[in-house]
Amino acid sequence: MSIATTYRTCPRSGLQFEAGAEKLIIANAVAAVVFLLIGGLLALGVALTRWPAVHWLQPDTFYQVLTAHGIDMLIFWIIFFEIAVLYFCSSTLLRCRLATPRIAWLAFALMLVGAIVNNYAVYKGGSSVMMTSYVPMMAEPSFYLGLILFAVGALVGCFVFFGTLVVAKRDKTYEGSVPLVTFGAITAAIIAVFTIASGAIILVPTWLLSLGVIDKVDPLIYRMIWWAFGHSSQQINVAAHVSIWYLVAAVVFGAKPMSERVSRGAFLLYILFLQLASAHHLLADPGLSTNWKVVNTSYFMYFAVLASMIHGLTVPGAMEVAQRQKGYTRGLYEWLRRAPWGNPTFSGVFIAIIGFGFLGGISGVMMGTEQLNMIIHNTIYVPGHFHATVVVGTTLTFMALTYYLIPTLFRREMINPGLARMQPYLFGFSMYFFCLVMMGAGTLGVSRRHWDMAFSGMPMAYEWPGAAYLMMGLVGISAVAAIAGGAIYIYVTVGSLLWGKRIDGGAASLSSKPTPLMAPAAVAQGYGSQGFAAPGTFLLAMVFLVAFILYYFVNWKYLSTVWGLS
Amino acid sequence: MSAILPPAERLWWKHPLDRVEGTWIVIAFVWCMILVFMMVFWHLYGRQNLSTETYATTADAFRTRAEAWAEKYTVRVDDTTGQPVVAPPEGGDAYIIARLWSFWPTLELEKGKTYRLHLSSLDYNHGFSLQPVNINIQVVPGYEHVVTVTPNQSGTYSIVCNEFCGIGHHTMVGRLYVK
Repeated sequence: MSIATTYRTCPRSGLQFEAGAEKLIIANAVAAVVFLLIGGLLALGVALTRWPAVHWLQPDTFYQVLTAHGIDMLIFWIIFFEIAVLYFCSSTLLRCRLATPRIAWLAFALMLVGAIVNNYAVYKGGSSVMMTSYVPMMAEPSFYLGLILFAVGALVGCFVFFGTLVVAKRDKTYEGSVPLVTFGAITAAIIAVFTIASGAIILVPTWLLSLGVIDKVDPLIYRMIWWAFGHSSQQINVAAHVSIWYLVAAVVFGAKPMSERVSRGAFLLYILFLQLASAHHLLADPGLSTNWKVVNTSYFMYFAVLASMIHGLTVPGAMEVAQRQKGYTRGLYEWLRRAPWGNPTFSGVFIAIIGFGFLGGISGVMMGTEQLNMIIHNTIYVPGHFHATVVVGTTLTFMALTYYLIPTLFRREMINPGLARMQPYLFGFSMYFFCLVMMGAGTLGVSRRHWDMAFSGMPMAYEWPGAAYLMMGLVGISAVAAIAGGAIYIYVTVGSLLWGKRIDGGAASLSSKPTPLMAPAAVAQGYGSQGFAAPGTFLLAMVFLVAFILYYFVNWKYLSTVWGLS
Repeated sequence: MSAILPPAERLWWKHPLDRVEGTWIVIAFVWCMILVFMMVFWHLYGRQNLSTETYATTADAFRTRAEAWAEKYTVRVDDTTGQPVVAPPEGGDAYIIARLWSFWPTLELEKGKTYRLHLSSLDYNHGFSLQPVNINIQVVPGYEHVVTVTPNQSGTYSIVCNEFCGIGHHTMVGRLYVK
């Protein structure tokens, strides 16, 4: 069956875009950037209030702004972008048309309406319940309704993605197995279905509760199921950004995966175990058994951590092997020194990989260790951790990918490439510092989601140590620097879309059939027989491991000094 | 560019691993097993493990019990806080009510002695964040969490609410003395 559509082949990248899919990818990516812009403005309010010397907003505005910042960034910006990535990884990489484009537009409309309804509910007041909206604290019904509409839209988008896989398979637009990047996208979509289902299971009753239709939602059950939505949605990000790391390694270096088996196996571990992380948020809760906590918080037996440690080696490893084959073989690190550090697509991804591993990964395991969680739970260490995963890991990766998509997908020349070149460094390194000082303040016990660490006017005020104030000041300063980095990203991308010079993106095809890919030559494509192909990456991995082990046991030492608890 | 192309080898899963990957997988796997082992080990030999003893309760039932208990063991009224200071006997029960926006009452414990601390909330979720030791426990309404605590240093401690609980959240702070 062929449907009237056209294809164009981008002369720069060789990617083939189907007309319908292209418009949807653009729409979702643009909506994502709009919410990143809103979330970024809100970030300024949060940062300038938590910076003790500035302490800008009033408490009611602060809690409102913090609620909207969390939802706009963690849900709307990221999931809109991920839907764009799903359509790209199916239609573009498999060289086929997008399944049911009308339904895909319906999904987009639902998501957009949901996001607007939810934002409106928060700005109107009466819904400053934070992203987590723990019952029995209630928001306006439209707060939940917005989230539900958005979730339904995203779910429909996932099924359009699955449908596109079917179209590609049926029309035989590729041979053999799907590409690794598409496999990673499938992982993300499977986790997304689980995530969104969990969200529906808990948000629909909560919405009914807010309307007065039912009279109780158990607070502990709410926490458990809400986090199957809240944490798993961050696992969609992990699967998505790791896929993009492989994609960038391929387009920047022409790198092949070191071995398909290892990388796909690691994605499979994500599918099997990543969803258990709801437990990370419940380790300090009553009512759950020790066995339940240990098994779930460790993703069964840290198998998902194992998967991330594997990707952390194989992505830079693939880059190293590709560089060595080009002749950069001197010493352990000539391949890295001679990498295209001026290309923001590469530098962004590399800064994301290192920050995600060293800052986000290690701190995540600390918080996810049952007993260590007691010295971290709900302190500002927690946002320190997830800014390292979701901002340094996911957001910076998405930014890097955008720089690649401006000429290929949007067919524009980038305005101000000089600014774009320094953007990943400014954004990435200020976020590194931001996460570190936040975790430092959290180690001293400073609370998250708290308007006034000075407890002004309270007779029982607790006086935090001076170092905690210093750290929170540094949090404010580094946040402002990072927000400037985010602003540059928005300026460059939106500016390029509006004013960038149009470039030739390849003519539309006359036929509505895709041009099939020439069958790849059957050459050995892994490096299994080469011995020790990526020694530099291996050394980096060992440095990571040593840092991990030291920090892990430092935390146990710290725990051993606190009150006895049993 | 093969990560974005179908694998060239149809039987890609039969391709041998490189030694870099194989070695790293073994090392990472062993480390993951150590991570699991540490949690179990600490339950057997560590002194800081969060109790799982929990009872379903209601706001009224918990408050009534806590107030009767406080009346029995109140030793004085605190000058700065105006709250009753309650000193339970060693090994006995101690209660803390979390509500919008206070912790009640003020406890006075003794160093090196063990108490059964009952925590619950009368309204929303709250956070029991004991400073400066930095022990953090979630307080959930409808559930009474009994945590056995043994203070190891004397001094004045604060309990900061670190779960967002509405507009007065940042004013929710309590006190605890250890003699």
